[in-house]
Amino acid sequence: MIDSRDRQLLEHIQLGLPICARPYAEIGQLCDMPEAEVIERLTRLKQQGLIKRMGVIVKHRQLGYRANAMIVWNVPDHLIKQLGGHISRFSFVTLCYQRPRQPEWPYNLYCMIHGKDKATVLKQLEQLVDACGLSGFDKEILFSKRCFKQRGAIYKNPTPALADG
Amino acid sequence: MDEIDKKIINALQNGFPICDAPYRQVAVQLGLTEQELIARLKALLDNGVLTRFGPLYNAEQMGGALTLAAVKAPQQRFDEITEIINSFPEVAHNYARSHELNMWFVIATETPEQIRQTVSAIEQQTGLTVYNMPKNKEYFVNLKLEA
Repeated sequence: MIDSRDRQLLEHIQLGLPICARPYAEIGQLCDMPEAEVIERLTRLKQQGLIKRMGVIVKHRQLGYRANAMIVWNVPDHLIKQLGGHISRFSFVTLCYQRPRQPEWPYNLYCMIHGKDKATVLKQLEQLVDACGLSGFDKEILFSKRCFKQRGAIYKNPTPALADG
Repeated sequence: MDEIDKKIINALQNGFPICDAPYRQVAVQLGLTEQELIARLKALLDNGVLTRFGPLYNAEQMGGALTLAAVKAPQQRFDEITEIINSFPEVAHNYARSHELNMWFVIATETPEQIRQTVSAIEQQTGLTVYNMPKNKEYFVNLKLEA
């Protein structure tokens, strides 16, 4: 489990790591912790999985990924695990989730494909449908039109930070 | 953005070392100097190609909660609804999508209870039904986009 010093540390780095030669020493100064302790704690938090990864979060639109499709399927519950696993093996699939059906919204399997243009994404989707045997299931394709907001979550207490949608 | 910037983005989407001189370590792998890597990374953040450089937390393990939600915003009220939804600090992402359910957003809070509170506050302020679709299971997350 994590203690109060871990929490303090996570809070200080949530908005970003310092960009300087000794970033963990700089965080240590803010948290009143020696650099070695910062490194030891962050290493452990990463091993425990609380920190999924360290690194950059890109603005996908800025990299030219403008065709971002969310595809939703209504698949039988007993097939969802197998289909979810199969879909996830395609390199162009960026996210794949099972979500609960809603009134008037019967879809339970969601995946995302981020691509540079719509035609490519639709071709990849066709490939996915063929390979996974998804053609018999109802689906909808929702392309994103505008991004109104994109940020990591920010909290006083630590703090889920989000991958970009 | 040139080839070196692309190399940096691709490398740093795979992780960042936790050691005393992490930028030096990455720079060596990329054939750059530490100063050059630092300068380029700062520039990529300043000009908005990167949104953030730091940790990605596991929300559930932190005790936090996340959900995907959507509303059917009537065309004539679209801007108003956008403004209301974006005004919630709990809303992390918000996208317009091509469908009758045309506004899709992620709510992130410290507790599951706050998700419920946020959903009902959004329903109250917009007068719309919020479709709340928390994940049941995650099959795959690997949002790495080659620059």
